[in-house]
Parts: sequence; C-alpha cells; structure tokens
Amino acid sequence: MDSALIPQGVKRCSLGKFALFIGIVGAVLLWGVYAMLLCWLKGLNQTNMNDYYGFALWIWADLAVIALGGGAFFTGFLRYIVGKDELKNIINYAVLIGFICYSSALLILAIDIGQPLRGWFIFWHANVHSMLTEVAFCLSCYFAVLSIEYLPLVLENRQLNKVPFFHNLAHNMHEVMAVFAATGAFLSFFHQGSLGGVSGVLFGRPFGFREGAFIWPWTFFLFTWSAAAYGPCFTLMLTRLIEKVTGKRLVGDKCVDLLAKISGWMILTYIIAKIADTLYWAWVTAPEAGFTLMDFYSNNPVYGIWILVLEIVIGGIVPALILVTRKGRKSSFLLVTAVICGVIGVSVNRWVMVLQVMAMPVMPFDTWAMYYPSWQEVATTILPVAYGVILVALSYRYLPVFPQEKELNS
Amino acid sequence: MNKSRGQSQPKKYGMVIDLDKCTGCGSCMVACMAENNVPFKKDETNKRDSITWMKVYRLTNGKPFPDHDICYLPRPCMHCEGHNGHSPCVSVCPATATDYSNETGIVSQIYTRCFGCRYCMAACPYHARYFNWWDPVWPAGMEEMLSPDVSVRMRGIVEKCSFCFHRYQRAMDKAHLEGRRDLEEAEYQTSCTQACPVGAITFGDLNNPEHKVHQLVKPDNAHSGRPQAPNAFRLLERLGTNPKVYYLSDREWVRRAGDNYLKGEGTIGAKH
Repeated sequence: MDSALIPQGVKRCSLGKFALFIGIVGAVLLWGVYAMLLCWLKGLNQTNMNDYYGFALWIWADLAVIALGGGAFFTGFLRYIVGKDELKNIINYAVLIGFICYSSALLILAIDIGQPLRGWFIFWHANVHSMLTEVAFCLSCYFAVLSIEYLPLVLENRQLNKVPFFHNLAHNMHEVMAVFAATGAFLSFFHQGSLGGVSGVLFGRPFGFREGAFIWPWTFFLFTWSAAAYGPCFTLMLTRLIEKVTGKRLVGDKCVDLLAKISGWMILTYIIAKIADTLYWAWVTAPEAGFTLMDFYSNNPVYGIWILVLEIVIGGIVPALILVTRKGRKSSFLLVTAVICGVIGVSVNRWVMVLQVMAMPVMPFDTWAMYYPSWQEVATTILPVAYGVILVALSYRYLPVFPQEKELNS
Repeated sequence: MNKSRGQSQPKKYGMVIDLDKCTGCGSCMVACMAENNVPFKKDETNKRDSITWMKVYRLTNGKPFPDHDICYLPRPCMHCEGHNGHSPCVSVCPATATDYSNETGIVSQIYTRCFGCRYCMAACPYHARYFNWWDPVWPAGMEEMLSPDVSVRMRGIVEKCSFCFHRYQRAMDKAHLEGRRDLEEAEYQTSCTQACPVGAITFGDLNNPEHKVHQLVKPDNAHSGRPQAPNAFRLLERLGTNPKVYYLSDREWVRRAGDNYLKGEGTIGAKH
C-alpha cells in the first residue's frame, strides 16, 4: 500500500506489520506524553525529586543522550572536514541519531523546568557566567543545524524527490553541508563542554568540582572528548541493532571498521585524560575541600568504588583496547561488546556527575541522600526512547538512510 | 556606601549565631516563616520538599552519656560572597534570577525571573535554596494575614532566605524621608534575630566597626580570610563560598562540625 514511498530496490515488511510495531511503541510514547502533561499541568511534585535532588533522572538522561548523540557532530566532522569519505555510508544514520538525541534533550529540558512558559528567560535574561546559558544557546542552535542536516534526507524520499524544487533543494544542501558540519562541530564542541562545566564549576560540591584551565573546569574538555569518543560507539551499537532487527546488512565493514578504529583511539586518549583527572581530583582537589577519595564511595547503600571501576575500566579501558586492535574490530562479538561497554561507560559517567553529586553529603553533619524516580519520571525518560524508535523506523522505511543497503543485500 | 564612617566601604550585612546560647527552640524558624509568607503544603511529612528558609540542625558529638553533648545549629541562607561576589548560586543561574548586591552584600532572588531550572539548588552546599514543588497552601483565613511587603511565591520557582530584605527597604525608605542615607544598627534587623529568646542571633553590617557583628568576629582584621575571634567559624569555609553567617562556639567539636576536617588536621580557633 505504501510501496510508492519506499526507496527503490529495497524490501520492507508489510504495512500491517509495520503499523502494529508503530502502534506498540506509540502506546509507550503516549504513556510518556501523559506523564509529561501531568508534570506540566500539576507540577514537578509528580516526580520524586526534592530539595536535595533538584537535578535527577531527567538531567542524567539529558546529559546521556547528548553524549550519545555526539556521534553526529564527530562523524560529520570526520566526513566533511577531515575528509574520511568512507563514512558517507553511515553519516545519514549518524545525523538521524543526533537529531533524535538533541530533540529529546530539548524536550527533556522543557519538561524539567518548573515554569516551562518562562523558558525563554534563559535567552532574554541570559547570565553569561552560567554554563547552563551556554548549553541552552548552543543546544538550540545545534538542533537547528541538525534539522538542516536531516532535511535533505527527508527530501530524498522517493515521492518528495520527484518535486523539482525539493530535488534541487536537497542537492544544493548536500553541496554546502560541509559548512553546516563545521558549524555543528563548533557548536557541539562548546555545548558538550559546557554540559561538563555544569557540574565542574560547582565549587560548593567537591564531588563534581574540578580545577581548570582559564574559565573552564577540566570536565569541560573531558565531556567534549568523551562525546566525540563514545558517540560513534552509540551509532555503531544502533547500527548493529537495526541490522539484527531487520535481518539485513546495512553498513559495509570498511566503514564500520574505520569508525570503530577512530572511536577506539579517541576512547583510549580520553580515558588516559580521565584517569589523570581522577588522580588529581583524589590527591589534590578533594583533600583541599576536606575529603578523601573513599568519602565519596562509602557509607551509602549504592555508590561504592565499583562505580568508578565500572566507568573507567569496563566502560573505558576495555572498549578502548578492543577497538584499537584489528583483531578486536574484526570479531563481531568483540566489536559489539566494546560498543556496549562504551555506551555504559559514558552513561555511568553522566550518571555520577548528576546523581552522585547530589547524593553526597557536603556538610559534615549531613547524611547521604538517596533517591528513586517516580513512574512519571521514568515514563518521561522512556518517552524520548519511544520517539526515537518511531523516527528511526519511519526513516528506515521511507528514506534512503543506508546508501549501501541495496548493494550489501543483493 | 557607609559615609557615617568617613569611608567608602560598602555595607556587608551578615549574621553571627552563638551556638552555645542556642537552645533549638525553633522561634527563629517560626518567625521566618510568618514574616516571609513561607508557604505550607497539604502533607508536610516529606521534609525533603518542605520549605524552611531558616532550618535548625541538631548536632551531637556522638559520645555516650555522661560525655554526650548536643548543639543546635540554625542555618539561614549564607549569602555567600564566593569569589568576588560570585557566590555558588549566583554564578550558575542562567537567567540572572539571583544576584549578589554589592551595596548590601545580600544575595537576592528575583521570583518573577526564575523559571525553575534548579541549578542554584544544585550549586548550594548548604541546601539553603528551596523549590516550590507544590502550590502554596494557607490555612483558612491565614491568607488575609500575609505580609504585604513580601511576594507570595508560586509553584515552580526557587526561593530562599533574603535576610528579610524588605525590612532593609522599609528602613531605607524611612531614612531617606528623614534626609539620611544610612541606617542605625537597630533600624534593620531580621525577624529571626528579633525572635530569638536568648539573643543567640546578632545581625548587622560586618564592615561597620560600630556594629556588634563586626565586634564579635572582627573579620577586617582577619588573616587569610579567617575571623579573628578564636571561637568563630563559618560553615564549609574551605570551599571558598565565603559565607556571611558566622557561628560562635567555645566547644571544639562544634567548630570541627562546621567543616570537613581531615584526620589529624588541627581545628581553627582556640583549643579547649
């Protein structure tokens, strides 16, 4: 029934099966929308956040999706600025993932603020000293850039592309895409960094606080580096996932190998910097604030030293070592293991920088504050996932997301 | 500017709380709530989303009887000076909804500009900032007793102790009408200071040598930012928040409870 919309030369499941799939995911989406409306209409009392946990599950999700969506800006940078032509086979998908992640991040922020109708104050009364101001400006601008990068893909739909104006527009946009890729890389560099700065500048919170260079704490640079390193892992993980679901090969080995190799070296260099940062923090920054390393990882039921090991060893050293070796990249099992470990590693990093910072007692007579999210928080955090699944499904079905699909499955 | 002293030093309003006098009666908390229209919520059982601009902590030395000792520590907003006025909350607010006044040293909160991102709450190590998770609730009839000088805050924004700034404005208005540009010490006092039955709280201009708060801590003569008075300390002083609330106690364990002392570190102040 919708065969006229499906790209030529590729096969898709029946419309009925597709509609059933979208219907199931759509139900999850509606659950999230209901929770979102509760938060907007009744207020943030629908959450389990409190005066100790002003930043909680949402902000973690926000930071995590932005880091994971970093594959878009970094792959674009490699493809258009550095000139890694092989990555043209995955750039569309990377842009799609980035678009989903960034639109989700904006949605989460819109739910998170207590007075959503006043959200524009951040632009109107902007405080140039605040990292959040920089985040808001760069996030909005970069989302616009991602929309511009995603638009030509939509215009390449078989039917839309028959319209001469759309055809020419898409063609011309491709011609100037390097400009947008460069703009996106610039914007993304700063807002990934300022997200790192969000906790890094909290000089009243020794767990998050970092010394820095000029006006930036080290977390500024670590967040940018980690997004560039781990973002491609997420793109590769979702590529493998969609290949598994569809039962087709979608991206060639050469392209996957190149992106995995670059990601591996980025993770390796990042994790060295992260270890150095952790050591300086443990030996200098924390003692100056009156803490030892183990003060951050003891006397509470959740945050043990295991979380630091999980982040650095399992989520950093292991994927780095796998991805920098040819043998590791050639083995499908090891490759998938590495990218999953990488995604876990960066998510744990964002988790501790949001949740553990708030849980840790700073006043000597205070105690660890534990928190668990309400169903409304969980639903609104799953909402972007459902939205992403739907957008990927629609894009895969009707747009030429994977240019190699026809060739690899013929 | 305080011209009565013949110098151009700005005012720096602050508080000194004598912990050896405080009995933990909670009068300061009640006075603060009444004075500043601090709202209730229907269910006050969850104290982690209750609003208490002034909160009294109960500290113990952890020793068994007969050596057991307790101390009550009232905690208003510290009105941190931070690094050159960059207090933890002020520097992070994306919409300039909170500001440090160079004229008074008070950290203000502009309710009509706050949109509830709560970054300031994350930045404050004292938990002195509160979010309005709920619509404010007033027991029947009480809404008619609210102070007309203080804004009632709505759901979805952050609020905190203002050192009863409306009292400063009222006193300044009166002084201006009388042709004065400066205030006497008693003309501007916070509600908690007035309510304290044992006189544990003292409020005034830390920069003014004539004010009692200055005499109690003598911060101007301090070396390396430390108050000269041996029994004076500030909460989490080493973090660099530079609070304007000083505490006094002759008990060493209380002074140690004010900051995160590492094992073997000597306590600031005199030894007892």
